[in-house]
Order: sequence, then C-alpha cells, then structure tokens
Amino acid sequence: MITIKELPDENLFTAGHTACPGCGVAMSIRNAIRVLGKDTSVYVPASCAVVFGTTFPYGAWKVPFFHTAFENTGACITGMQAAFEKKGKKVTAVGFAGDGGTYDIGLQSMSGAAERNEDVIYICLDNEAYMNTGIQRSGGTPFGAWTTTTPVGTKVQGNRRFKKNLGEIVAAHEIPYYATLSIGHPLDFIRKVEKAKNIKGFRFLHMFTPCIPGWKMDPAKTVEVTKRAVESGMWTLYEVENGEKKITFKPGKMKSVRDYLMMQGRFRHMSDEDIKKLQMWVCKKWNLHYKEKGAPEVCEIVPPEEHHAVTEEHREMHGP
Amino acid sequence: MKKVITGDHAVALGAKLCRADVVPAYPITPQTLIIEHIADFVNDGEMDAKFLTMESEHSVMSAAAAASAAGARVFTATSSQGLAFMYEMLYATAPMRLPIVMANANRTLTAPPGIWCEYNDSMGVRDSGWLQVYVEDNQEALDMVIQSFRIAEDKRVLLPVMPCLDGFVLTHTVEPVDVPQQEDVDSFLPAFAPDIMLDPARPAMMGIFMPAEYIMELRRQTMGAVESAKKVIGEINDEFARVFGRNYGGLIDTYMMEDAEAALVTMGTVTSTSREVVDELRKAGKKVGLVKLRFFRPFPVDELRKALSGLSAVGVFDRSISYHGGGPAFNEICSALYGMTVPVVNHLAGIGGRDVTREQIIKMFEITIKAGKGEKVNTVNWHNTRGEMV
Repeated sequence: MITIKELPDENLFTAGHTACPGCGVAMSIRNAIRVLGKDTSVYVPASCAVVFGTTFPYGAWKVPFFHTAFENTGACITGMQAAFEKKGKKVTAVGFAGDGGTYDIGLQSMSGAAERNEDVIYICLDNEAYMNTGIQRSGGTPFGAWTTTTPVGTKVQGNRRFKKNLGEIVAAHEIPYYATLSIGHPLDFIRKVEKAKNIKGFRFLHMFTPCIPGWKMDPAKTVEVTKRAVESGMWTLYEVENGEKKITFKPGKMKSVRDYLMMQGRFRHMSDEDIKKLQMWVCKKWNLHYKEKGAPEVCEIVPPEEHHAVTEEHREMHGP
Repeated sequence: MKKVITGDHAVALGAKLCRADVVPAYPITPQTLIIEHIADFVNDGEMDAKFLTMESEHSVMSAAAAASAAGARVFTATSSQGLAFMYEMLYATAPMRLPIVMANANRTLTAPPGIWCEYNDSMGVRDSGWLQVYVEDNQEALDMVIQSFRIAEDKRVLLPVMPCLDGFVLTHTVEPVDVPQQEDVDSFLPAFAPDIMLDPARPAMMGIFMPAEYIMELRRQTMGAVESAKKVIGEINDEFARVFGRNYGGLIDTYMMEDAEAALVTMGTVTSTSREVVDELRKAGKKVGLVKLRFFRPFPVDELRKALSGLSAVGVFDRSISYHGGGPAFNEICSALYGMTVPVVNHLAGIGGRDVTREQIIKMFEITIKAGKGEKVNTVNWHNTRGEMV
C-alpha cells in the first residue's frame, strides 16, 4: 500500500493554476493525479476546474486534458477509453466532475458509463453547489445551506431538501468500486485512489471538497472542515467493493453537527429548529453507516459551543 | 460486388470498409438500421471496432468527440431529434477539428411528431462547422461515407462531415449498390494519423477555456478550414472517380445545363425524379436544366454563380422552411447570387415526408419558366399544400 512518503514528487497538476486559496477541488485533483500517474488522460466537464486548470494560453495539466461540455463526463471517458483500447494503449481515462455535473445534469451520462461497467475512473468533486456559476443549489447541497438560489429570505431560509444519496445510486449499478474520500484523511484518500487505479471496470471516487467562497469559510480551514464533517457524520468514509460495503474510517464519538455548521457562513443563519432537523438526518445516516448489528441507535449530541445556548427543544430531544 | 440493399445498409458497409475504430451508437428511426448492421458486423467478427451502446445521442457525440480526440477514427449515425439532442456537441467538435463522420437520416423534427423525410433536422445545424453533403441514392450514400472520411481527415480540412440521406426514401428502400473492394478502400483511405491527440507520451490539452482575446482567431481558422474543404472535395471526388469509376461532380452536379434557359436546383432524392422531368420537358422543346446541390457546407457559392449565370430564371427546391419566408437553400442561393439579376423562385415540397411527384416538379419548372419570362409568380411556392397560409 502506498504511503504519503512514497507519493511521487512530480505534480502532474502543477502550481500556477488559478484556483482560490484553500480550494478543496484543486487539492483533491493534485493528490489524486499524483497517485494515478502519467498514463492517465483526463476529462473535465464545465466547472471551476476547467477555468482554473486551463485558460488559454496556459494550462496546469501534464497529462492529456479534454473538455467539451457539462453533462457528458461518463460519455467522454467512455469514448476516450474505447480509443485507447482500440489503439492498444495502456492509458486510463479519468473524469473529474463536480456535484452539479454528477448529481444533476451529468447523472444520465454517469449512469450509462456505470451500467456498461466502462473501464474508467469517475471522480466526483463534491463541493455541494454550482460554484463556478456563483453558488447555486445542486442535488448535492445539504439541508439548510444558503446558496444564491436557496437564499435566506423572510419566508424561506436556505435549502429545504436533504443531500441526495448519490453513493446508493452509484453503488446500485453494481460496479466494482465506489468510495468516498476526504482530503482531511490523506492516508485513506491515497489508499482509495491507489485501490481504484488497480481495479478493472467502472470505479467511482466521491471526494468531499470544501469551497471557500461557496461555503463562506476561512481558506486556512479546508482540511479542518472536512475533518469536522467526518466527525459529525455529515460526510462518511466508506467503500463499496463488488457490493461489499466497508467503513474505512469510523470517528470516535459523534460530534454535534452544529460545530461543523458554525465553521461556515452558508449555515450560520440556521434556526435551532432547522439544525435539529439536520441533526436528525445526520443521526440516521450515522446509524446506517456505523451502527453494528444489535447495537443501540446513536444520536448523542456533544453540547454545542458556548455562544449557542442549549435550547429547551434541544433538551427535549437529547436529554439534559 | 453488386448487392441489393437499403440506404442504411449501404452506409453501414461504408463505415465498415473505412475501418472505423470506434462507433458510439443510439437508436433512432430511420437511422437505426445503420447501427444494427454495424452491431452485426462487429459481433460476427467482420469489423474490428469498439461498438459503444450509449444512453443518448448527446452521449454518442460526446463519446465520439473524446474517441476522435484520442486518435480513433469515429463513425456514427443519427436522425432528427437525435441530431437536435446532439446540437451542443456538434458545436464542440468542429472547432476542435475532430474529423468524425456521422450519417444523418433526414427526418422531420417535432412538432408535430413524424418519422418521414424533411431537412429541418440537418439544416438547423448548418452553422455548427460540420460539413454536409446530401446524397441522391444508396450508391452515393455508401460512396460518400468513404469520401467523407478522406475529406474530414485531410490535414487542410480536419472537420467533421455529415453525409445526409433522405429518411425512408433511401434508408429503408433497396437498390442495387456496387460495394467497393476492401483493398481499394484501404488504398484510397489511409489510416487516421492525427498530429495532435490525447496521448500521455505527448500530452495535449484540448477544449481549454479561452478568453475573448483569442476566440475570434479560432473562428476564422475554422472558417478557413471550411473554405479549403472546397478544393479538397473536388480533388477527392476526381480521385474517387478514377479509382471507383463514379464521378459525383464535387460540390454540385449539373444536368443539361449547357444551353439551359431555366434551371431547378435540387437536393437529395428529388434530384432523380427531376432528371426524368428535365428529359421529358426537353423532349417537349423546353430548354431546362438541373443543378444538384450536393454540399451545403461548404456552400458552393462560386460554383452556383457559374452554373446559374446567363439563365432567365432559377427555381430552388427546399425540403424545409426557415420561417424567414423561404427555405434554407433558397435563402443561401439568393445570397450566393447577390448582384446577379437572374430571378430566383422557391419551391417548397416534400415537407414532413410527403412524396414529391413528377407533376409537382413539372409545376416547379413551369413557375420558374414563367418567372423567366417576366410573368408575375409567387417568390415562395408551397407545392401540393391544402388550405391557405393564414
């Protein structure tokens, strides 16, 4: 198994790209492509990654790069891989699509490639909204989040739907490998990328990638926020290999979702009632992922930070 | 070897003879027979291609673009709604200079839903940068698949090409077709060897974001490629004629035009019927001729100006309406003949797949001849159409 020390030094996604400081997408791409190596050909659909990675006459990629449209990552890596196979080249086609490009507009194309079990790697860089167009809600946007299309109004505050369970949808295609990753857990991250690299068939790597302007957060906290996401259960680290689901990292005690939310301006408006709703959703997810057979359901809430007083409602829900 | 086959079968044989590497496919009437035949060739081991059963036409053209960019010779086919669904990707492929060949079985674009021949599908993508050629019979359909790959992959062109064939009239109708020998096609069409492609040994970035400072130059280069295709199409037509014995005339073909006084410009299968009508009218002493508009992109401006100069009147057949008054061929021919004094009248017929009969074509010539004599006629004529316009 590859270790951080053994990671190749050469960056195939080089410095000089124009992503925001602290961009989770850029960090994920750089580390993934270092593990995937030179014999990789990349497709990136319409996204920040096209703009910050390639703006004529500059480009940050040292592997072949292709872009055409938004909704066709699954199809483009299919075509690319078919050409390489026909020409007898040992190259892997890898797609780097965002959550909009995967959960929404690109779902059909991704599903087609997954169902055909194309021998490609599909990477979803999930920053939970359409960031390149200026922060609009996607199917990957969590409950309560502010975006420009789910504004905090006097009548309605933030996104009213819970994040789509993409992992279940992808895994339902019975593909060889689906995994969730976080840059806050680098060993788990590179192990999964390496594992995907050595598997044949459709491999899906689902990466949790904070967006500084979209999440309205401190650019120095990109890694920390992903750790908090995992500790709270908002993001879970697991893999599904040939139908077998395995948790790859189980946090200790469940931490309050409030701690995670308060690091980000997109959630700061949330009412206690909405936080409670989200917490219930997270607890359900937590139990689904981490609860061992026969064990009691968990929904322990670590007391929120001091400046957020524990409400009566909170006590009712979680005890004194 | 002569075979009695449908137009779709002829097109599929063309793709096979061209040794297409990758064929992304999606069914749509009346093109479906093409991909079914190719699937048979591949599964019977007669054709060594990656046959990809995509989940939509948008994905077909996406896979085609990526495979072509990665250095594969790519063939596919579509029709009508499928072509419309690909719209975005057609505009993505041409300026990236990806020499894909895609047959389009012309079919009416909904609404209302229908499956028969109309040109409103391919005419809607005439500004995408794809070259378009409209064929008259199954033989020409097969031959133009072969020529299309030569044109597309020519380093002076490097553009995708769309051979268009009339839905059902050709796609589902059998005709005797002389199927070329594989070795003859192999020597006519060398292996595809692009200079730039997605290759880790020499990484290229294709489709990169472009600021406003550069896009205009790229558009002009694409225009330049379309322009230079005119010469290349002529050369390849002549070479094809030498090797295979069939000369299609290049950008346009003419019939009885040497001493013609009035002419009809046609596209697709209506040309065959019109040729018969010309013979008939000639016998009756009328000096009429025929111009077959083969390539719509590049548009043969100089060739048409030359062929149509000195006439008393020109009639233009259109199988679709541009909601601009007349049909696209009429509008573009008027533009091509700008500055010439010859009257041009438009004949709309066969829209939605209605038969275009000998009687209708005689009527087209009659109206055109009248216009040539200075008699008052409608500029745009809807043939064999019930009711009033408003």
